[in-house]
Amino acid sequence: MTDLTKTGVLGQPVVGTAPTAFLEVRDLKVHFPTEDGLVKSVDGLSFTLEKGKTLGIVGESGSGKSVTSLGIMGLHRVGQYGRQRARISGEIWLNGKELLTAEEDEVRKLRGREIAMIFQDPLSAMHPYFTIGKQIAEAYRVHNKVDKKAARKRAVDLLDRVGIPEPHKRVDSYPHEFSGGMRQRAMIAMALVNNPELLIADEPTTALDVTVQAQILDLIRDLQKEFGSAVIMITHDLGVVAEMADELLVMYGGRCVERGTAEKVFYEPRHPYTWGLLGSMPRIDREQTERLIPVKGSPPSLINIPSGCAFNPRCPYADVPKDNVTRTVRPELTEDGTRHWSACHMTHEQRTRIWTEEIAPKL
Amino acid sequence: MTETPDMKKTDTAVIPRQATDSPEVLLKVSGLTKHFPITKGLLRRQAGAVKAVDGIDFDVRRGETLGIVGESGCGKSTMGRLITRLLEPTGGTVEFEGKDITHLGVAGMRPLRRDIQMIFQDPYGSLNPRHTVGTIVSAPFKLQNVMPEGGIKPEVQRLLSLVGLNPEHYNRYPHEFSGGQRQRIGIARALALNPKLVVADEPVSALDVSIQAQVVNLLDDLQQELGLTYVIIAHDLSVIRHVSDRIAVMYLGKIVELADNKALYGAPMHPYTTALMSAVPVPDPRRRGAASGRILLKGDVPSPISPPSGCRFHTRCWKATQVCTTQEPPLLALKTGHQVACHHPENAPDQVPGDQPLPGAADAVSTVSE
Repeated sequence: MTDLTKTGVLGQPVVGTAPTAFLEVRDLKVHFPTEDGLVKSVDGLSFTLEKGKTLGIVGESGSGKSVTSLGIMGLHRVGQYGRQRARISGEIWLNGKELLTAEEDEVRKLRGREIAMIFQDPLSAMHPYFTIGKQIAEAYRVHNKVDKKAARKRAVDLLDRVGIPEPHKRVDSYPHEFSGGMRQRAMIAMALVNNPELLIADEPTTALDVTVQAQILDLIRDLQKEFGSAVIMITHDLGVVAEMADELLVMYGGRCVERGTAEKVFYEPRHPYTWGLLGSMPRIDREQTERLIPVKGSPPSLINIPSGCAFNPRCPYADVPKDNVTRTVRPELTEDGTRHWSACHMTHEQRTRIWTEEIAPKL
Repeated sequence: MTETPDMKKTDTAVIPRQATDSPEVLLKVSGLTKHFPITKGLLRRQAGAVKAVDGIDFDVRRGETLGIVGESGCGKSTMGRLITRLLEPTGGTVEFEGKDITHLGVAGMRPLRRDIQMIFQDPYGSLNPRHTVGTIVSAPFKLQNVMPEGGIKPEVQRLLSLVGLNPEHYNRYPHEFSGGQRQRIGIARALALNPKLVVADEPVSALDVSIQAQVVNLLDDLQQELGLTYVIIAHDLSVIRHVSDRIAVMYLGKIVELADNKALYGAPMHPYTTALMSAVPVPDPRRRGAASGRILLKGDVPSPISPPSGCRFHTRCWKATQVCTTQEPPLLALKTGHQVACHHPENAPDQVPGDQPLPGAADAVSTVSE
């Protein structure tokens, strides 16, 4: 198993030099062989993230957002009974260390200590049989040589920090005794118990009501300021990323179609899919529009990704570039010189014109 | 209580209607309650009740869309099931086209099922996996013994194309469709008998953003084409704002504010509505600064088993005073067409000025500082 990972799972030897960025993902691929064919959940994703910054990853269900985060956590490495289900390749550099070729033991030491994760559904991410305090303390004791008493104290401190009332009492509660918002707070406490440098939040507020969502987002923001962690925020809600993210990565069909600062992606989006996402959203902050402008069709199957540009069957501008190129050639992610990447066959001028004349006025 | 119906009458007369000119009331709900008993012990003695819906009044006018919004557990779904009579109300009345349907039995409701239809949230759970789309959409005709002109199959295919599905998919099973397509099947089934009122419980919340927009537009088109009246229940304030003519905000089994779309989003009166709206994340990175004025409610919604006395929101309200703990504020029209149940509304004169503020009320919320 380890041999496989060492050579890079898809066969290519892993070569690459340590980057300067805190986190750098290079050409990450996560493929799952199934009876129906190869599911290409993530198919060549690259990005960097600095400490203290937040990267937002947006996309529809099945675009590969969550698989990316699990890939960084190294949770696809070993499946049930030691069998590896996923085929992973690429490079993930964290603090100068490459994670995909690292030994499982090494990654286990990082997991929970340097990288922590907040899941969408805290009820299923927590063990129903153990008290909240025990679960938080366990995460602490795995990585620190402390006795039970100190770990419990740490758990109480953190519960207090994430805003749970009467933490010394609630530390002995079971997950089912907490409300959804409190459970999410407890999970954040668990994730932060070792002051991780990288926090991955996978749809942290999707299951919550707006008022609770606002509390949780505020909490994550505060904690990030306090600990200086890097945060990856995975969500389908453009409102949430607009508030949280410094940089934005839009995923479609397992690939990045657009990446840039939040400001750029919201104000000068360069990919038709991003336009579609912006047009689909009813806005609470604007004058009411008569109609939404949805993206036609549905997201592609990851077994059978359309040839050429994966978005071409749903793209209203698929025929703008000549020679049917959108249906035959996969567009590469290219930078426009302002650290704004997009993968589209249309020329810069064409896209600028369509955005400013056709899309932006209708939003 | 006696003055409320009068006030409603004047409201309906003044507010211009959007889709039709007649301000005719299609559905009238007054004092509606639903308490789910909690039983205890071997003898199943009643130990208490979940007061899911606890006395609400509203009208639904023909041709309009009434949006119902609130957090989980506020009773909005229970309310939807009460007015479609999928649940038996504990108290109050529901009148449909002037006819009292509050306690009609299954047989009594059957003719009305044609007129009142429901669209459910979960497009996976609400379609029988063993039935083909054809069977699902034609079930209403069979149950009601209706023979559409030209036969059932062509009619079902017409409905499928009406909601944007391929009529040739008549013989497919639900699992062969995506979430958005399944929701369209549910809509086709609801529209089969040409209903007057469609109650949609979270019709788009299980769908992806791009698909959500397709379904919202579809509901809009169908309303224009068929003159439908909607009651749309959702927790997403942006969606509710987009689809509704009038909006009711619920909190712990009560309507706290009921107003038309512009008035509610422009000048909300109930502090809860204000807090709810300010919590919605704005998809605009340049307005991140605006989030710093955000009102953050603390804690969670209290339990509907023993809701707070007086105004139910007083435990989380920053404007709460002594009177709020003892007296329940009635739902009053403080402006034409803008009803609110609050002693100290925003954007309107204080109802109980000079009352002693509750100690700690100011700490009930925090504002985000950036």
